[in-house]
Amino acid sequence: MNRTKGDEEEYWNSSKFKAFTFDDEDDELSQLKESKRAVNSLRDFVDDDDDDDDLERVSWSGEPVGSRTRPGSFQSLSDALSDTPAKSYAPELGRPKGEYRDYSNDWSPSDTVRRLRKGKVCSLERFRSLQDKLQLLEEAVSMHDGNVITAVLIFLKRTLSKEILFRELEVRQVALRHLIHFLKEIGDQKLLLDLFRFLDRTEELALSHYREHLNIRDPDKRKEFLKTCIGLPFSAEDSAHIQDHYTLLERQIIIEANDRHLESAGQTEIFRKHPRKASILNMPLVTTLFYSCFYHYTEAEGTFSSPINLKKTFKIPDKQYVLTALAARAKLRAWNDVDALFTTKNWLGYTKKRAPIGFHRVVEILHKNNAPVQILQEYVNLVEDVDTKLNLATKFKCHDVVIDTCRDLKDRQQLLAYRSKVDKGSAEEEKIDALLSSSQIRWKN
Amino acid sequence: MAFPHRPDAPELPDFSMLKRLARDQLIYLLEQQHEVDKLYKVENKPALSSSLVNADKLAGRTRKYKVIFSPQKFYACEMVLEEEGIYGDVSCDEWAFSLLPLDVDLLSMELPEFFRDYFLEGDQRWINTVAQALHLLSTLYGPFPNCYGIGRCAKMAYELWRNLEEEEDGETKGRRPEIGHIFLLDRDVDFVTALCSQVVYEGLVDDTFRIKCGKCHGPLLGTSHMAGLVFNEIRNEHFSNVFGFLSQKARNLQAQYDRRRGMDIKQMKNFVSQELKGLKQEHRLLSLHIGACESIMKKKTKQDFQELIKTEHALLEGFNIRESTSYIEEHIDRQVSPIESLRLMCLLSITENGDARCSLDTHYGPEHLLTFSNLRRAGLLTEQAPGDTLTAVESKVSKLVTDKAAGKITDAFSSLAKRSNFRAISKKLNLIPRVDGEYDLKVPRDMAYVFSGAYVPLSCRIIEQVLERRSWQGLDEVVRLLNCSDFAFTDMTKEDKASSESLRLILVVFLGGCTFSEISALRFLGREKGYRFIFLTTAVTNSARLMEAMSEVKA
Repeated sequence: MNRTKGDEEEYWNSSKFKAFTFDDEDDELSQLKESKRAVNSLRDFVDDDDDDDDLERVSWSGEPVGSRTRPGSFQSLSDALSDTPAKSYAPELGRPKGEYRDYSNDWSPSDTVRRLRKGKVCSLERFRSLQDKLQLLEEAVSMHDGNVITAVLIFLKRTLSKEILFRELEVRQVALRHLIHFLKEIGDQKLLLDLFRFLDRTEELALSHYREHLNIRDPDKRKEFLKTCIGLPFSAEDSAHIQDHYTLLERQIIIEANDRHLESAGQTEIFRKHPRKASILNMPLVTTLFYSCFYHYTEAEGTFSSPINLKKTFKIPDKQYVLTALAARAKLRAWNDVDALFTTKNWLGYTKKRAPIGFHRVVEILHKNNAPVQILQEYVNLVEDVDTKLNLATKFKCHDVVIDTCRDLKDRQQLLAYRSKVDKGSAEEEKIDALLSSSQIRWKN
Repeated sequence: MAFPHRPDAPELPDFSMLKRLARDQLIYLLEQQHEVDKLYKVENKPALSSSLVNADKLAGRTRKYKVIFSPQKFYACEMVLEEEGIYGDVSCDEWAFSLLPLDVDLLSMELPEFFRDYFLEGDQRWINTVAQALHLLSTLYGPFPNCYGIGRCAKMAYELWRNLEEEEDGETKGRRPEIGHIFLLDRDVDFVTALCSQVVYEGLVDDTFRIKCGKCHGPLLGTSHMAGLVFNEIRNEHFSNVFGFLSQKARNLQAQYDRRRGMDIKQMKNFVSQELKGLKQEHRLLSLHIGACESIMKKKTKQDFQELIKTEHALLEGFNIRESTSYIEEHIDRQVSPIESLRLMCLLSITENGDARCSLDTHYGPEHLLTFSNLRRAGLLTEQAPGDTLTAVESKVSKLVTDKAAGKITDAFSSLAKRSNFRAISKKLNLIPRVDGEYDLKVPRDMAYVFSGAYVPLSCRIIEQVLERRSWQGLDEVVRLLNCSDFAFTDMTKEDKASSESLRLILVVFLGGCTFSEISALRFLGREKGYRFIFLTTAVTNSARLMEAMSEVKA
């Protein structure tokens, strides 16, 4: 090890080495119960490759020979040495006062748990009675180390029937959480679901089962799986979502097959002009709606791929529908369709433009899709809030709207300021000049 | 503009030792192997390595395998190796490299999984890792005379650490403490701060580009070290100050370059050999940062950052809730970013103690159903207690539920999540500063500058108060509202040995992650009070990472 001199000094001068005294009565030694037992054992009960390595590398003169420190902690060197089986270089440590106990039964639950915390391989087989097992678990939990708790649980899972295990864990929240996480990580879905059933955690049961769908790649298989999720004890809201998820995937499979066919046939214009970049399978609902508005806009309600059908089936709110349809048609520069989206006829036959979303949003989306100024202008005009209208009009250079709004606001200063922004000699400039010189307007500034 | 250090600021311990130790250990582990054929880096699942070995076995290849677990080997991994029948073929080692110095005062354990493992799944597997890290630090830098903490995980980590120390009794006996205080806190004591958009430079860069291991990965910046002269001076600054600083630097740089005009040959030679390299370096860094700023500005304008920040501040302050709620709804509708939308919903939920269950899953896919359940379990989405009367605010929130889900929100949830009392806590701790006139971001007056003067990070305020009182006295109400347990221990024997300088050094341990904003805020506090903070975090985090940790996109 490349240690600095300072480290070396500190290391060798630290109190660690008090443990290497031969004195039975030494208090510090008595703390290292494991070392005593290990040395006393006649059998190499604990098969620790690690420890073998260690002891080969430390000569008794105290000089580290390519010495190995257990990561991050200086404690482990003493551990390493203390766990030496018979062929140890370590000095003969005195027997524990009184007892010579059989190695295999020696370690109490708390000692075992401490060994586990240090990462030692530890046979837990000796804890056969339920009482012993539970005591071990208790010790593990009170130590707080999740790795140890899980280690004990692995053992309990192996040596207890699931009913007993579940029953005991039901009242031990910390251990229970660890078991649940462990089962999730190793993918023991069956036992996990049994556990939830036992605990009557119906919603978690449902969610856990549902989660599995993420592992199923094949769309048809996934669809079948989702079908099995319907009717599970989800909350009311979630149940509806699950149903939708199934229905959506079912539709997507049909649409995908159909569209792929159309695309390869090469006869449909929309697919030729805008080839699909990805499959529609497993896409969220809104993406599916966008896709449908893009590729299947004019289709009647009867087909699975029509936007209206999607809207009705999944009860898509107006707001969301309009936003999505707008985005799709704007991308295709289908301004007439955009127009139609917002146009309603009132009972007198007059058309009027209305939107469930603010028109400022419409303008933004149009702008994002490089709509021509005339189109933008039309919708900027529809923005209700005057300040927003003015801001947007200025931002997007909708000159007429700016001019008209300034006129309406009777804001001469602003109009004057805007004059410099329009092109010289343009119609807009003329319009501004005309207004500025108009005697009919009572300017406020 | 740049935050100067106080001349009397205590000196930081040298953490480069940690890197050396870790490197030495790894070298040792690797040196044990002769003729290493292949080195694989396997992440997370032990199953991968087992399939590797079994594949070889099938092919009749006999090889020796060594698995080096970092930072810790778990028993569950060993079990898998055993089950796969390769336990005997593989020897295992641990490389407990758990402390990476990211900065002179910032140590990261690089355990982003800590957050999900503990706060979502309740798995305490990393507590020992933390305890070991603390033990290492106390071994290297002396015992800590004063220990404070808040949160269940903090308590457990503390207890386990004490256990370790007791077993090693005498290890640090009689040593002079180099660090006077240690403060442990759980991330879930303060989710709000972690959920906010960051506006200090380093935080903003992290939010925009993602800083990883002290390096920034981004199309513009490539992989460049965030440390560096230019960066150090601005990283804690509020973003608004950064441009001015950078442009000043640029002008200085230009002036330096211009000097060469009046030079003779000898001077020029000198210039080229001595100064040019440094100037070029500075030039490069400068253009890097200017580019980053431009990129940030572009991105933020696109996202309408102003509006976003305004909404966040409104939520923090408790004003204009209706507008904020509709902003969030629009944000979701616009499908800009699911992570952002989730984050805003959580922020709304915690600050308003209501639930904003809404049409998110129809927009982004049913996998959010699982994400929602995770968020609730972790306490990021709080629920209304069944008995509550629906206030006007809450009924507004309930309107976000999609048309088809007519049922009451309250019915739908299991009662695992704890209530949030953010408003009450905020009042008690004065988290929303009262400002007369403009808040001067150039000369910050308090920690709220990290959020443009709108909000003092809760976690930092708690630390400030406890340090001031050297205990939790007078903070009972706050602790009760936080629904947490706290602790404080002072070991007088150690305290006596501590120098007055070390008593001004505080190690803050964030369990579950900490943000650059909190780091900046505490650095500021340190300058104000004459302390110096050292940060130990399980990982550096931000709102996006928090949300991603809770997401369930793929099993």
